[in-house]
This record gives sequence, C-alpha cells and structure tokens, in this order.
Amino acid sequence: MTVSLVLLAAIMFVVIGWLLRQTLNTQPWVPRSVDDAVSGTSIDTPAKTFGLVSFLAVATSLFALFISAYAMRMQMGDWRPVSEPQLLWVNSAFLVFASIAYQLTRNAAGKGQATRLKPGLVIAGLFTFLFLGGQLIAWTQLNASGHYLTSNPASAFFYVLTAVHGLHLLGGLWVWARSTAKVFSGAEADNVRLSVELCAVYWHYLLLVWAVLFGLLLTT
Amino acid sequence: MAYVAIADRDHEIEHHDPQTFITKYVWSQDHKVIAIQYGLTAIFVGVIALCLSVMMRLQLGFPDNFSFITPESYYQFVTMHGMIMVIYLLTALFLGGFGNYLIPLMLGSRDMVFPYMNMLSYWVYLVSVIILLASFFVPGGATGAGWTLYPPQAIARGTPGVDLGIILMLVSLAVFIVAFTMGGLNYVTTILQARCRGMTLMRMPLSVWGIFMATVLGLLAFPALLVSAIMMLLDKTLMTSFFMPAVVSAGVQTGYESGSPILFQHLFWFFGHPEVYIVALPAFGIVSDLLSTHARKNIFGYRMMVWAILAIGGLSFIVWAHHMYVSGMNPYFGFFFATTTLIIAVPTALKVYNWVLTLWQGNIHLRVPMLFAIGFIFTFVHGGLTGIFLGNVVVDLPLSDTYFVVAHFHMVMGVSPILVVFGAIYHWFPKITGKMYNETLGRWHFWLTFLGTYSIYLPMHYLGFLGVPRRYFAMGNTDFMPESAHTLNASITISAIFVALTQLIFFYNMITSLRRGKKAGPNPWHATTLEWQTADTPPKHGNWGHELPEVHRWAYDYSVPGYPDDYIPQNVPAELAPVGRDHGRER
Repeated sequence: MTVSLVLLAAIMFVVIGWLLRQTLNTQPWVPRSVDDAVSGTSIDTPAKTFGLVSFLAVATSLFALFISAYAMRMQMGDWRPVSEPQLLWVNSAFLVFASIAYQLTRNAAGKGQATRLKPGLVIAGLFTFLFLGGQLIAWTQLNASGHYLTSNPASAFFYVLTAVHGLHLLGGLWVWARSTAKVFSGAEADNVRLSVELCAVYWHYLLLVWAVLFGLLLTT
Repeated sequence: MAYVAIADRDHEIEHHDPQTFITKYVWSQDHKVIAIQYGLTAIFVGVIALCLSVMMRLQLGFPDNFSFITPESYYQFVTMHGMIMVIYLLTALFLGGFGNYLIPLMLGSRDMVFPYMNMLSYWVYLVSVIILLASFFVPGGATGAGWTLYPPQAIARGTPGVDLGIILMLVSLAVFIVAFTMGGLNYVTTILQARCRGMTLMRMPLSVWGIFMATVLGLLAFPALLVSAIMMLLDKTLMTSFFMPAVVSAGVQTGYESGSPILFQHLFWFFGHPEVYIVALPAFGIVSDLLSTHARKNIFGYRMMVWAILAIGGLSFIVWAHHMYVSGMNPYFGFFFATTTLIIAVPTALKVYNWVLTLWQGNIHLRVPMLFAIGFIFTFVHGGLTGIFLGNVVVDLPLSDTYFVVAHFHMVMGVSPILVVFGAIYHWFPKITGKMYNETLGRWHFWLTFLGTYSIYLPMHYLGFLGVPRRYFAMGNTDFMPESAHTLNASITISAIFVALTQLIFFYNMITSLRRGKKAGPNPWHATTLEWQTADTPPKHGNWGHELPEVHRWAYDYSVPGYPDDYIPQNVPAELAPVGRDHGRER
C-alpha cells in the first residue's frame, strides 16, 4: 500500500496545500465589496480542463492501487514472473507516436491551422488503434505460451493491468471520434481546440501510465 | 487581481432548458431535479435496508420464531442492510442528493458545470441500485458475505448468494463507482470554478465545504473499492487467485492458489475508512449550518471548522488499518494506526466544541431541524467516544467481534448522519417544495426517533461488554450470556421495530405537507445563505432569473448589532449593513 499511499499523500498535499493557501490570512466575517473579495480564489482555466485534471487524479489513484496490490501480491510464494512478449516494445512505440501526433495536432489547433487537424487526428487515432491491436496480439502470444489468466497471479496481473489501461484508452477514443467527426464535417480549429488539447493531455498521461506499468511488468 | 470565476460567463455554461415533461422531470439536467431523483431513490433503498434490519432484529430478539428467517437469509439481510445503508443510501443521499441541490444554489451558480454528465450520474446510479436489488431474485439470492465482502468466504461454497448474488453485488458496486465519479467530478469542478461573484472559498457555507472534501475523498478512495471489486470478480468468475488462498471446500481442493485475503482487507478499508468521512463530512457541514441558522448566531470558529474539515480529509487516508487489528497483520502497524486514529480525533473534537460553543448564548429556536442537529451532537459524541476505545489495539481485540462494535458504528455512522439527513430535509423542505411541514409531527418524529435509537444502541454496548458476539444467527444457550442478555436482545428488537414504525410519521408528514402544507415563503428561517435568496420558491430552472447574485459577506451574519434584522443575507452589499461579528475590528 506504500505506493498508493505516497501518491495519494502527494495528491492530498497539493489539494489541501492549495486550499490552505486560500484560507490563511482571511477574515471571512469582514464584508468587502465584490472586487476586493474575489481575488485569486477561482482557478483561471476552462471547466473541462479542470474536470479532466480531476479525473486524472482519480485514474492515478486507481492505477496506484493496482500497483500496490501487485506489489503486495508478488510477495506470496506462488508468484512466478512472466516473460513479457517482445511485441510490447513495438506497442509502446505506437503509443509514443500517438502521443506525438496528438501533441502536433494540439499545436496546430492552438495556431488555428485547421488543415493540419485532419491528418493529425487520423494519425493519432491510427497509432492508438495499432497499440490496442498490438496489446490484443500480445495477449494471444502470452496465452499461447501457456500463461493464462488463471495460471499464475503474475500473468493474471498482466492481463488485468493491460486491460484497465486499454479501457482508459478506449474511453479516450470516444472523445477522439467525436472531435474527428467534427473536424471532418468542417468545424473550425477553434471549435475543437479544447477537445484536442484535453485529448493530448489525456494521451500523454496514458503514455506515462503505460511507461510505469511496462517498467513494472518488465522488472518484476 | 482579475476575477476569474465562470458562473456568469454564459458561453461556458451548457444550455439545457427543459422543453418537455420528459426533459423536465425524467431525463432532466437540472441539478435540483437530479437531486430529488437521487434523494427519492436513496430513501427508497434506505427503507428496504430498514426493513431488512427489522427482520434481522426479529431473529436476534426472538430466535427461531420466524420460519421465513433462515440462517442463509439472515446473512443476506445483514449484508444487504449494511451495503445499502453505507453506499446506496448515505453516500448517494449526502452527495448526490444534498450535494446536487445545495452546491449551485449556495454558490450562486445556475447549475453544475457538466449538467449532462450530472444527469448520467443519476441514471447510472439507478442502474447500480437495480442490479443490487436484482440480486434478491436470482437463484441463490443476494450475497450473505457480510457488508465487507471478505474473501475467502465471500466466494466460497457455503456462503449464501455465492453464485450470482456476489457477482451482482460486485458489478453493482463497480457501476455505482462510475456514477459517483461522474457526479463527484461535477461537484468539485462546480465548487472551484462556478461560484458567483464575491463567493470566495472562505465565504462558502460549511455545508459546501463538507460536501467538497467528502467528494475529494470519494474520488480518491472509491478506486480502492473498484480495484478490489474487479479482482474479486475475476477470482469468482475466472478462478484467478488474487485474494483466494488455496482452500479445501467440502473435502475438495478448490483450485485456487496462494491468494491473499489480507490484501483484500487492505484495499477494502483503504476505501472503507475514508468512506466513514465521505458520510460524516457532509453531515458535519450541514449540521454546522443548521446550528448557526437556528441559534441565530455565527458559527463559532469558522476558519477552524474549515481547517478541521481539511485535516480530517487528509488524515482519513492513514487510519484504515484500525479496522484490521484482528486480521493478523504486523502488530507494529497497529501501533501506527492507533496513533493516527487518536490524532484524527483532535480536529473532530474541535468541531464538536465549536458546535457547542455556537449554541452558547445563542438565541436558540428549537424548531425541528435544530432538534435533529442537537440530537446529532449527542449521538456523535457518544459514537465518537466509543471509537476512541476501539481505536486502541488492546481494547479493540476483546471487543472487536462483539456488539460493542455494532453499537459504536451505528451511533457514529448510522444514527448520527441519519439525524442530520432528517434535520436537513426538514430545514430545506420549504425551499424544495415551497410548503411548510407540520411542526408538531416533526417534533414527535424527532423525539421518538432520538430516544428510540438510544434504546436500541445503548444496551448494545452492554451486550458487547458481556462478550455477546456479533454476526451470529443464533446465540443458543451459552454460559457466559446471562438471561438478562436475552431479555435485552428482545427489548432492543422491540425498540428497533418501534423506531422503524416511527418513520411513518416522517413520510406522512412529508406527503401531507407537500399536498396541504402552508405556503413557506422564500426564507422562512431568515437564513443568510444564497439558496434562501432566490426569486422563486422553489427555485426555477437556472435558479437566479436574469442576474446572478453577488456576494458581499460570509454566510454567518446573524444577530449583528446595529442591524434591524437578526440576519444579513450574503448578497446584501457591505455599505447597506454593518459588518459582522466584531463590527469590523481587525483580529
């Protein structure tokens, strides 16, 4: 549980620290005119961005708890490490490319370059599908090598962790599909800028999570 | 510094004006309608859980007199009662119900920032409730694993509902967590992003502070339940061995390997203890507002109350293993968790002192919401003190499996928040419906409930000291249990039935008042917070008409010297009313 505890402590430290900063040196019982009183207490960012950041905190908690469970379970005597399929390296490269493509699309949307949105989104989506397809193939390879879901907790964790990560990407692809459809129906860059920006952040986050999970699976 | 709240920036608010009956009352995106949907659904399942508890008590008080209560069904009643009350009633009602209703209104916003997701949150919650209730009707019935669902017995042969019941329970929990996350992201974002002009964080009513921190806890802690539900579901359905150890069942090796039941307990309580505060913090906040409003006095130590909420929120993540002293974990952990448990009692006690000091020299109006609020202080202090006993390892070990624990957690987490729920319903009923409730019936409801619950749980502590074990279907004839303990059990059962029937007064009062109650007017309690300052009662869609309110003062300007009324609403400009509390003297 140490892993999740440290991560959650970090999240709580940020949240509570920020809140404390807002509440120290205040005299709430003293009425003031509106302009004096409202300074610095709201976060100057679109609500959807804030919503995504909050969701990432939830997802972080979820993955951290899975990793904690992994760390605790591997101490039991029946743990037999799995040799991961080499295909995972290729899949990881696909996810890196997807993330880069999304970042370039995000930059294009920020600059209002509508013509670069279509190829950017298509490439980002394509690499994401390649990653997910590759993960499925990795599952079949692992299965073929005799590492079933039930054969050992190490292989069971492999399937579960990759599945949970993949499901998060699938959720992201739903938003990707919506913004791609908008772009192909002629939407201006400004209309999809926020959605592309948030998707890029989400893809980077899931790349980071994959890096941690892959590292964990490789080294244990 | 620039003003950055988005409440009055229309382009960031999704428009969702209801056009038809369906979009107004069924697929509604209005936070008030969603709040009522959440509230009614939660109360509906709560009534089911109440009936289950009566059946449990019938067996315990008058063993073997009721043929329809078998050992299997008894454990199913226990399990479903606990899970429904904690998750599907209290969590859903405080956050989905009161959170939805109060956050936008108290903060001067038109709605939640993601209304569509808010609507989805309710319907997904309803799906989780339906899945849960469906488990009563599948072959084998609902799970009887106990509300903590500990493996291995939760999925081992011999436990009721081991086939489909446990699967439906786990799926229902996972669906509930999805619903909660959608709602929770809304509450947090709305509180931080959509407050009206002038509504600084430190001008927010404590109800909103409590709901806010409880939501943060829920967002971070519910994933632990989700992780354990997913892994146990795989253990059950696909025979993985995350939690299931190598066990022999009915003389047959089950096929599981060396899974770790303790791992499940850690994950469960990593969620489970913050869950206590997910329920308690909104109750703390709401009770603070009830006390202040009906004592006509500012809340004592507002800043301390806020900091205590923050401290409790942070500390609640490092006390989980005090539920596991008897699990066989490393004894040194026990020392650590006993210490953190004592530490978290400090900000909690601080809140109790401040509630009492708020009452001190107040102009106390003993209306129904106030009665429930004061009743809460009694039951919470009672349950809190027994918690300090149980937080210590050496005291917990002999008491852990007895009725002392049942009495403790029902006082602190059952009766106390339920009293606040009732107080809050009576308090905001005039705003929600535009009608006044029947005061006399409300008083009867309070006194009978308050005294009735004491007559249930006070004797239970004594049973615990006698060593009467919890979780048993029947006690049988045991030497250590005197005849008086059996008599007491019967008495507790009679009280439980009495309290359950007393709730009919509440429902009768609500229904008749809704139909025939006196018109309430916009602000019957002369309260300061924004929800009482709406142009319409009940507030219409969009809450505030054309202009959003502006806030000029905190939520607790009661009995300010020099002002003709004994309250100054938050939206009264500074120049129109004297400053609060100490006439502006800097402290």
